[in-house]
Amino acid sequence: MPTDEERRQIDEELKKAAFKQGACVDALKIVQRHRGWVSDELRGVAAMLDMTPDELDGVATFYSLIFRRPVGKHVILVCDSISCWIMGYEPVREHLKRRLGIGLGETTTDGQFTVLPISCLGACDHAPAMMVDDELYLDLTDERIDEILEKYR
Amino acid sequence: MTEKPLTKNIRPGRAPLSLKEYEAVGGYLGLRRALKEMSPKDVQKVVTDSNLRGRGGAGFQTGQKWSFVPVGEDAPRPKYLICNADEMEPGTFKDRLLMEGNPHQLLEGMIISSYAIQADVSYIFLRWAYKVAAARLERAIAEAYENNYLGKNIVGSGYSLEMYIHTSAGRYICGEETALLNALEGKRATPRSKPPFPQVCGLWGKPTVVNNVETLSNISHIVSNGPDWFKGLSVSPDSGTKIYGASGRVKRPGLWELPMGVTMRELLEEHAGGMRDGFRLRSVIPGGASTEFLAEEHLDVKMDYASVQKAGSRLGTGTMIVIDDKTCPIGAIHNLEVFFARESCGWCTPCREGLRWAEQILLAIENGEGEPEDTGILEEQCRRLVPGNTFCALAPGAVEPLQSGLKIFREDFERHIREKRCPWK
Ligand SMILES: Cc1cc2nc3c(=O)[nH]c(=O)nc-3n(C[C@H](O)[C@H](O)[C@H](O)COP(=O)(O)O)c2cc1C
Ligand code: SF4
Ligand code: FES
Repeated sequence: MPTDEERRQIDEELKKAAFKQGACVDALKIVQRHRGWVSDELRGVAAMLDMTPDELDGVATFYSLIFRRPVGKHVILVCDSISCWIMGYEPVREHLKRRLGIGLGETTTDGQFTVLPISCLGACDHAPAMMVDDELYLDLTDERIDEILEKYR
Repeated sequence: MTEKPLTKNIRPGRAPLSLKEYEAVGGYLGLRRALKEMSPKDVQKVVTDSNLRGRGGAGFQTGQKWSFVPVGEDAPRPKYLICNADEMEPGTFKDRLLMEGNPHQLLEGMIISSYAIQADVSYIFLRWAYKVAAARLERAIAEAYENNYLGKNIVGSGYSLEMYIHTSAGRYICGEETALLNALEGKRATPRSKPPFPQVCGLWGKPTVVNNVETLSNISHIVSNGPDWFKGLSVSPDSGTKIYGASGRVKRPGLWELPMGVTMRELLEEHAGGMRDGFRLRSVIPGGASTEFLAEEHLDVKMDYASVQKAGSRLGTGTMIVIDDKTCPIGAIHNLEVFFARESCGWCTPCREGLRWAEQILLAIENGEGEPEDTGILEEQCRRLVPGNTFCALAPGAVEPLQSGLKIFREDFERHIREKRCPWK
């Protein structure tokens, strides 16, 4: 069930929507912002949107950035598209995985970081690129990765 | 000095112009003229006469697109104008510059365009990754409301418009205009069949126009300066300037606003500074991941719609991906097809299954496990994944680099298969 605060924020979005369903991506994001991910507890949210839980789940699972499984406190999204590939994202991503001791789609045991692949971030002139939560990082090297991780420790 | 209307007021590394600063350099004068002195039809005519073609990839005439929207007393309401700011085509990063650099220029273009089709509501469909652009656009929209460029009775003209930002949650297919409509309606973002076209039956079944960020950013300048001025900006039959870009192992990757129709050579050698030391140019993808590879012999091709098409590719988004001699072309094609297979929305079988199959074959070839018949199977997939066999343009776009790669890099395919290894590893 959505909390009172989640309800309040979803209601704000509903005010802007021509039809309730139009606010469903925003509603999913609100839940995710509060809980880190979107669990199977969709029923209450779906009811607010005049959708069935299955309909809402169909939308939630469509998007790559609505997480239907728990993620770490910080989500690291490493671009694996063409310009970053040419500029060598692979060795940099290997370094990141080694530093964190996890593979793609995994979360560190302390629950701090999850690493996921992502399609082009629109920063191809500064490849390789990645995002940590809402922050974009450019021109990555092994040294840059070490510096960035320090910031979040 | 060539004119650069789109970027002249962008200050790299600094905050974009505020509304007051934007007005001080002539901003919102085009809007005042359009809303107070011109009829919606007049605005459409100016844009049609300017020969502006859509900058989202397909190059459709903007004025013509608008002309299909029903107008008059009995036209269905509300009508919608949507700015497509999804920009997820790998190698493409031009719309980011326009939104971060001059959000009011986009807003002014959107308001004038909305007026031209008599839209009641406008949306910016923004990709989730563009956080800086989102914040700057939010602020610009708030300023526009405060100064009555949005809301009721805009600058006393009698015309009213609301504007919202919708931030998406990933998936390349959301940029396809009918999938975008489903996404905005809160459905799974699979494409819709056309016809009916969005201009007649779009968002929630109402008339809707979808235009790209760069397309819309041009509108205020066309209205202010006229169609002849716009045509004079280019060095080709396609009018205006274009935001070109380059990424890969060039000395200065980046974006440049230049007359439409400059050559690929000028872009790469003068603006991108040529190749990095120790690397040679091998091939170029001229306009984002879904356009065909061009070989070195095509360097003198003009970067306009007709010329690039004649050379066997598409201008697409005009942002080039440069392949150098130390990059394995099979690996590059595999990377592209991984993207398309992952981003396929799964709605139709040829795309959902065919792209994954092609990607797996490419991986096998790259890993030295390719068989002689594999190139034939890939060619067969290219022949099958054409418009008409798939529900939308994603799959036909996905095979453009594959089918051209099979021709241009034939030797490399054969060598991988013959030697059972990747010569670049
Ligand atoms: C798979 C796919 C993805 C697309 N992504 C975008 C995009 O991110 N931005 C965009 O402007 N157009 C995109 N398009 C093209 C749009 O469908 C549409 O043609 C365009 O937004 C129209 O704008 P324009 O007429 O101003 O060019 C995409 C098309 C396809 C098939
Ligand atoms: S071609 Fe691909 S992306 Fe387009 S509808 Fe079919 S499965 Fe979806
Ligand atoms: S390819 Fe990585 S940011 Fe575009």
